Amino acid sequence: MTAYEHNADVVVIGAGVVGNAIARELARYDVSVVLLEREADVAWGTTKANTALVHAGYDAEPGTNKARFNVTGNAMYPRICAELGVQFQNTGSLVVATSPDQVDHLRELLERGRANGVPGLEIIGRERIVELEPNISPEAIAALWAPTAGITGPWELAIAYAENAVENGVKLMLSSPVTAIDVEGGRAVRVHTPGASIAARFVVNAAGLFADEVARMVGQTDFEIVPRKGEYYLLDKRAGHLARRPLFPVPTAHSKGIVVTPTVDGNLLVGPNSYIVDSKADLDTTGCGLDEVLAGAGRLVPGIPVRDNITNFAGLRATASPGNDFVIGPAPGVPNFINAAGIQSPGLTAAPAIALEIVRLLGEAGLALAPKADFNPIRPRPARFAEMTDDERAEAAACDPRWGHIVCRCESVTEGEIVEALHRSVPCTTVDGVKFRTRAGSGRCQGGFCGPRVVAIISRELGIPADEVTKKGGASRILVGPSKQGNWQCEYGECGECSGPGASGARGRGEEAGAHA
Amino acid sequence: MRKIECDVAVIGAGPAGLAAAARARERGAGRVLLMDRDRELGGILNQCIHNGFGLQLLSREMSGPEYAEYFINEAKKADVETMLNTMVLSIGADRRIHAINQYEGLMEIQPKAIVLAMGARERNRGGVVIPGARPAGVFTAGAAQRYINMEGYMPGRRVVVLGSGDIGLIMARRMTWEGAKVEAVLEILPFPSGLTRNIVQCLEDQGIPLYLGHTVIKIHGNERVEGVTVAKVGSDFRPIAGTEWDIQCDTLLLSVGLIPENELTLDAGGQLDPVTNGPVVDDEMCTSIPGVFACGNVVHIHDLVDNVTREAWAAGEGAARFVAGQQPSGHVIPTAAGEGIRYVVPQKVHAENLATRDVRLSMRVKAPAEWVRVEAVLGGEVVFSKAERVVRPAEMVSLTIPKGRVAPELIERVVSAVDGGADDDAAKLVVRIAKRESSSEGGIRA
Repeated sequence: MTAYEHNADVVVIGAGVVGNAIARELARYDVSVVLLEREADVAWGTTKANTALVHAGYDAEPGTNKARFNVTGNAMYPRICAELGVQFQNTGSLVVATSPDQVDHLRELLERGRANGVPGLEIIGRERIVELEPNISPEAIAALWAPTAGITGPWELAIAYAENAVENGVKLMLSSPVTAIDVEGGRAVRVHTPGASIAARFVVNAAGLFADEVARMVGQTDFEIVPRKGEYYLLDKRAGHLARRPLFPVPTAHSKGIVVTPTVDGNLLVGPNSYIVDSKADLDTTGCGLDEVLAGAGRLVPGIPVRDNITNFAGLRATASPGNDFVIGPAPGVPNFINAAGIQSPGLTAAPAIALEIVRLLGEAGLALAPKADFNPIRPRPARFAEMTDDERAEAAACDPRWGHIVCRCESVTEGEIVEALHRSVPCTTVDGVKFRTRAGSGRCQGGFCGPRVVAIISRELGIPADEVTKKGGASRILVGPSKQGNWQCEYGECGECSGPGASGARGRGEEAGAHA
Repeated sequence: MRKIECDVAVIGAGPAGLAAAARARERGAGRVLLMDRDRELGGILNQCIHNGFGLQLLSREMSGPEYAEYFINEAKKADVETMLNTMVLSIGADRRIHAINQYEGLMEIQPKAIVLAMGARERNRGGVVIPGARPAGVFTAGAAQRYINMEGYMPGRRVVVLGSGDIGLIMARRMTWEGAKVEAVLEILPFPSGLTRNIVQCLEDQGIPLYLGHTVIKIHGNERVEGVTVAKVGSDFRPIAGTEWDIQCDTLLLSVGLIPENELTLDAGGQLDPVTNGPVVDDEMCTSIPGVFACGNVVHIHDLVDNVTREAWAAGEGAARFVAGQQPSGHVIPTAAGEGIRYVVPQKVHAENLATRDVRLSMRVKAPAEWVRVEAVLGGEVVFSKAERVVRPAEMVSLTIPKGRVAPELIERVVSAVDGGADDDAAKLVVRIAKRESSSEGGIRA
């Protein structure tokens, strides 16, 4: 196969929230950017499976990259999310102490936070905690209140960054794992994927869990990415009220502990535990892990209603070893290869700030950063039926009947939204892709109702047979082939047995239903 | 926004909604509007192409679509208006409904009475917390049934079914007939969850092994299902270490229960029964909200559609009576699940109806039992009972207290106990299971 040849000023490897933020910030300038992603969609690594928190910044040791980019990233969230049409709620957060020695630990966190420049931190007593969080454990005696913390939609943000980047000229290549990087004269000069080879002046390594493998392609061996798993429960919106903001236990050396938090969509999210696993492909939840998560959450909010569980998932944190800190900067001896690696928590919070730093480092390394006159920082929030007023709903359905056809009843997602999501600037070709963009299938029935309908819409809109539609690319086909009798695609009016659509606007009224039975 | 007024709005056009709508019209309601979110009337019956429907009620063996067609015709004869591809978004104060479809856009519907017939959804993987990977190939049995029977696609070739609910059993057979290999059906309980006839016809006749007291403890495969690990469970339903083994498969079907779909009921302020997860209803199927009736799987999960239809007739009749201003006045007597009974529907009975009409009680037993008597006990006195050879949790038990069976004095005594604030059996209609001395008493043979 002849590889597709490209040239780029900058190749960014990895389309998670960090890579996408970097690509978008680079799109401000007159530079050509190629963004490479191994998966079939953006945001499918660590970005899609984490606690979705915008941390205040009191956890990290002062002077570390984590501390610096957490605090600056946090401050950027309101503006970035407004520009990109992404949900962000500045809820504040609580670290909850249940014993006197834990209260001592809160004081340490307070001091550390102040040293890191976190505004507004204070330690509050039980009365105030109960006021803020009526469902808090009776054991809670004090808490660290961090008013700048919040919650966001991680994949929403990553998709928005990617779309804004592509709309401003970045070339995104999905299903393109990097297989090799050519180094000549101490510079990375060409990046290879199975289908393409891209001549590059600069390379940014934002490859998440695989950043060590990518770094090794240019000879950098001084860090390793250790996958650290975290498992979660996601509960029904019915349980969303149990926490009004992220609630943390007092942290340990490796983890901020098992959190109970609302999500921006109104669910309750519980997790994660934290342990090292052997494989970067190991996203299995485990019986004992999930038990640990529930037990941990119960210490903050007693009586988490497991019967309201919607789904469980696990994510892998990309922990850099040695050091545990974010690895930000050029590879030794390869000055045009810049790492944004080891971005574990608080990576989501830090991403906007890391992106600015990477752009600065690229400039320092010699990339000319001439602002592009026509850069548009605004990516409007895609319309969502669920977020509309009655008047807006009436108007949307009147303009386009597909906005009157609800496909996912749990989350009130219309056919109009799904069609729109399938034709935006970043390609969306999978059932999970539709789910992450529209929430169809994210609700309490988990696609039991809308699943077949979403497959049919993807098939129709993208012109691929229904049995080739995948859940998440690769071999994840939903269907394995036609049934014995085969599939017939009568959408009314073609089989001769039923009255056709569109003949009158009032199909459904007194229709000869049952003709298909 | 289009505004529509009608006498009765029925939400959901499955078997419950169809029968309720037709019956409401037959009993005098004017304009009856039947709405469904799907593209056809009949609900889930359309994908249930197996037979066994209608045996009790119509004395005919029908497929699901045939049963649906029968009641679609009844609704048509009764001049019920239908509206398809229509989603009800909310039920507000004064029973005002917001709904939307692609033909008319957003609508405001103001009925005099509502019948809730939204049915149920399938419990999914999250509901039973199965650890492991999250590949394609994990389906609820009903979703797989839709793919095969309505869309014409196979969801997999090598299948494990978790749960011995009826849909799972039917699908084990269906997939076998479609050329798939069903490796096993696993049931966490020590007894099957589905009807005996389905165990026999769908598993035994097909040579599919059923493992009672087993469950799936892990799903393998990151893209498509590659296999499952299964294990025996103890009496606490936790897996027993050392009993696990792997089954290779590309598909896991879940038939692990149905959940009444009551988001609209809650939205409207209706009270739910924590055991059934359905609205609390009286013997006319009226919920805790006056003028809002409910029937079918939205109230409690049925095993036979025939019983859904019976319940729907009661709801349709209740709605028509409400529209006509003829709803029963006065006293209600709460029902209660006694010995051996998990729940009973309705949760309350009008004293007036107990004296003047047949009153039907539907219930589920907690555990299988043989040679029993099902008793209705009003104010401590057995007022009606029937003998059963065997009762099982999978099969709903019903008891109809015939009109005139209960002495008016007894009703009066219980009503005054209720009015006096009593909360014991003196103020209740309790159903319970009693052991029979021997088989010699006879009874209904299963």
